[in-house]
Amino acid sequence: MASQIPFPFIAQQPLPPARSAKIVIEHLTLVYSDGRESLRDISLTLPNRAVTVLFGPAGGGKSTLLRAINRLNDLTDVKRMQGHIWIDGLDILDPATDVIALRRRVGMVFARPVVLPMSVRQNVSYGLELAGQRDRRRLSEAVHRSLEAAALWDEVHDRLDQPAASLSGGQQQRLCLARVLALEPEVILLDEPTSGLDPISTEKVETSLHELKNRYTIVLVPHSIQQAARMADHAAFILDGELVEYAPGRELFVHPRHPRTEDYIEGRFG
Amino acid sequence: MTSALRERLVAVAVRVAGISAIALLLVIFFFLIQQGLPALAEVPLPDLIGSRWYPIEGTFGLVPLVLGSLLVTLAATLIAVPLGVATAVFIAEVAPRSVREVLKPFIEVMAGLPSVMLGFLGIAILAPELYHRLRLTTGLTAFTGALLLGWIAIPTIVSVAEDALDAVPRGYRDGALALGANRWQTIWRVTLPAARGGVLTAVMLGIGRAFGETMAVMMVTGNAAVIPRGWGALFQPVRTMTATIAAEMGEVAGGSTHYHVLFLIGILLFLISLAVNLVGASVVFRARTRAERILS
Amino acid sequence: MNARRQRQWTQRAGFGLLTLATIVTTLPILLIVLLILQRGLAAITPEFLLAFPSDGLRAGGIFPAILGTVLLTFTMTLVVAPLGIAAGIYLAHYAPDNRLTRSIRIAILNLAGIPSVVYGLFGLAFFVIFFRMGTSILAGALTLAIMTLPVVITTTEEAVRSVPNSFHVVSVSLGGTDWQSVRRILLPQGLPGILTGVILGVERAAGETAPILFTAAAVYLPHLPTSPLDPTMALPYHLYVVSTQIPGMPAGVQYGTAAVLLILVLLMNIIATVIRSRARARRRW
Repeated sequence: MASQIPFPFIAQQPLPPARSAKIVIEHLTLVYSDGRESLRDISLTLPNRAVTVLFGPAGGGKSTLLRAINRLNDLTDVKRMQGHIWIDGLDILDPATDVIALRRRVGMVFARPVVLPMSVRQNVSYGLELAGQRDRRRLSEAVHRSLEAAALWDEVHDRLDQPAASLSGGQQQRLCLARVLALEPEVILLDEPTSGLDPISTEKVETSLHELKNRYTIVLVPHSIQQAARMADHAAFILDGELVEYAPGRELFVHPRHPRTEDYIEGRFG
Repeated sequence: MTSALRERLVAVAVRVAGISAIALLLVIFFFLIQQGLPALAEVPLPDLIGSRWYPIEGTFGLVPLVLGSLLVTLAATLIAVPLGVATAVFIAEVAPRSVREVLKPFIEVMAGLPSVMLGFLGIAILAPELYHRLRLTTGLTAFTGALLLGWIAIPTIVSVAEDALDAVPRGYRDGALALGANRWQTIWRVTLPAARGGVLTAVMLGIGRAFGETMAVMMVTGNAAVIPRGWGALFQPVRTMTATIAAEMGEVAGGSTHYHVLFLIGILLFLISLAVNLVGASVVFRARTRAERILS
Repeated sequence: MNARRQRQWTQRAGFGLLTLATIVTTLPILLIVLLILQRGLAAITPEFLLAFPSDGLRAGGIFPAILGTVLLTFTMTLVVAPLGIAAGIYLAHYAPDNRLTRSIRIAILNLAGIPSVVYGLFGLAFFVIFFRMGTSILAGALTLAIMTLPVVITTTEEAVRSVPNSFHVVSVSLGGTDWQSVRRILLPQGLPGILTGVILGVERAAGETAPILFTAAAVYLPHLPTSPLDPTMALPYHLYVVSTQIPGMPAGVQYGTAAVLLILVLLMNIIATVIRSRARARRRW
C-alpha cells in the first residue's frame, strides 16, 4: 500500500538553507534471520541541529532503523543488509568503517534506563574511560558538564559517588543521557526514552532535548503521538518497514498527506 | 599494543581455552587406549570375559569386577533415587523458607564430604555394626558399599533435581491450584511431570557418581573378586572395577599385562560414564522440546 | 470419608513421607560430622598439626600430609583457574552458536562424569610416565587440575551469563569492545560466582584420593618436599593409610586425621557460602 505514494523525497518540503543533511539514508534494506521487524528500501535524510522523529506502530522497524545508524545491529542476527547510510559523506555501512569511533560520534539512549553497576560519576565517565581518557581532572569536568546538560547536576552533585542504581527512574534515564553527552557526540539517538517515566521527568528530558538540538542531530522514536507532535522538527512515519511519509513536523501532524498516516495519527489503528 | 591487536589476542586466547576441553577429552581417551589396548593383544578375549579374576596366576576375567560394580551401583541407586528425589521435592515444594535456607547449604556440605572419610567410618563403625546386627560372616560386603554409595550419590541427585523443580514456571502450580488441586496433587500431577527431564538427568548423574566412586567402595566392600550369585550376594564381599584399579595399580610392574588390563578397565569405566552422560543429556533435550511443542 | 477429607489425608501422609525421607537423608550425615568432630577434636593438639609422624605413623603428627594437600591444591589452582575461567568466559561471551560450541559443551559434560580413578590412570600415563615427572607434586596437581576443570568452567560460565546482557549492549553503544565489557563489567560482576566455583573445586580436590594415588602420594616421607618434582604425603591418602594399612593404629590418630580433613573441607564450604550470600545481598541489578 505504501508503494502507491510517490517517492518520499518528492513529498518533502524544501529545507531552510542554514541546515544541512547530517545523515543520509539511501535505499536501506535490512532483514533479520527470523524475518521480523525488517526494513524495506528506506531512504531518508536527517538534518543537523534538529529533532527528527521516527514514529509508527510497534514492530514497524523504527528501533531497527535507529540501531542501524550506530551499527548496533551488528550485535544481532542480521541476515541481509543493503543500502547506504552516509554520515558527513562517509558510508558507515561500509565494512571498513571504524565502528568504535562511530559509536562515540553517534550516541544512544535506550527505552529502559540501563545504569551500569557503578557510581553516578563512573557511569558518566565510562565512555571516556573506554576511549582511554585517564586524566582525573578532565573526567571530572566532563562529568560536571554532561550532568548539567542533562539537567541532572543539581539533583546529584552531592552524591556522585553513590551507586547509580540508587537514583529514581527519571534520574537514571537522564543519567543515561549524560553518559552519552560525555563523549561529545554529533548525533543522539533516543529510543522511546521517556516510556517508563513520570510526567515531570518526561518534561525534563524533553526540555533538555530542546536545548540540545541546537548543537546536535537528534533522532527520536517517541512513545506517543503527542510526544511526536511536541518534539518533531521533522517527522517520518514508518509502517511495516517502509517509509510512508516524511515532512516537517508542523506539516505532517496538521496536514498528513498519506491516508495511512492520517489514520494512525487519528488513532484509527496502532 | 594497539587496542585492536589486544582484542584479537584475547579472542584467540579464550577460544583456545574453550577448545582445550575437547582436546583434553581426546588426549585422555588416547592415552587410556595407548596403555590399555595392548591388553587385548596379550589376553585372549575369551579369558577377559572369563569369570575368574586372579592376576597372580595371569587370569584376567573381568566379569566378577563388572558384576561387582553393577551390583553395588544398582543397590546404591535403589537407595539413593527414592531418598534423593523425595528430599528434592521436599526442599523445592514443601519446606518452609527458613528450613530451605538451612537444608540447601547442608546438601552442599554433604556433596563436599571426602569419600575416603565416609569409607573410614564405614570400616570403623558401619561394617562392624552390620556384622553384629545382621549376623553376617563379615561386615565388608556389597551392601555396606551400597549404603555408603547411596549417601554419596544423594547430594548429586538432590541438587540437580531441586534445580529442575525450581525451574518449573510458577504459572503451572498456580494454574493447578486455581483448578482446585491441593498442593500434593499439584506436585504429583503437574510440577514433577513438568520437571521430568531434569529429574531424570539428576538420577543419571547420581548413578554415574555411584558407579565412578573408588575409595569408599574399596574400603568397605571386602575386595573379593567373585561373581555375585543370587540376592545373598548382596551380603557377601565383592570387588568393583574402580576398587580393582586403585588397589592393584600400586603393586603392578609398569608395562606388564596386569598393568595393561588395569588400563583396559579404565577404558571401560570411561566409556560407560560417557554413555551414561550422553543418555542423560539427550533425555533432557527430548523432554524439553516435547514440552515446548505442547505449549506453543 | 468424603473425597475432600481423603485428599487432605493423602496430602498429610505424603508430606509426612517426604519429611521422613529428608530426615533419613540428612540425619546420618549430621551424626557422622558430629561423631568425627567429637572423637577427633580431642586428638588435634598443636603437636598433631605440626609434627611429623613417628612409630610407623601411629604417633606424632600429620604435618607433612597437611602441607602436601596445601601444596597440591595451591599448584592445582594456579593451573586450573586461568584456564577454566578463560574457557568459561569464552562460552558465556565469545562463543557463537555453532557445532564447535556444542561439542565443547558436550566435552565438558563428559569430563565432569569421568570417575576420579580414571583421571588417576591418565595422570599416571601422561604426566608421570610420558612427561617423566615421576610421582610428584606437579604430576598430582596437574591431574587434579584436569579433574577440576569442568567445575570451574561451568561455574564461571554461569556467573558471567547471569550478568545482564544490557550492560554489554550499553558498553558497546558507548564505543566499547568485547574485551572491555569483559574486563570492566562482566568479570567484576561475575567474580563472586567465579570465586565460589574455584573454592568448591579446591574443596573437592583436597578430599580426593584416587587421582593422587599413582601420581603424587607417598605413604611416608622423612622430610618435606623441596621441589615440585618430589612426591608428597597428602591428607586424604593419609587417612586411607591409617585406617586400612597399619595394624595397631590408635583410633585417636584415625579420628584426628579425619577431623582435620573434615574441618578443612567445611571451612572452604563456609567461605564459599559466605562469598555467595554477601554478593547476592550487595547485588545492584
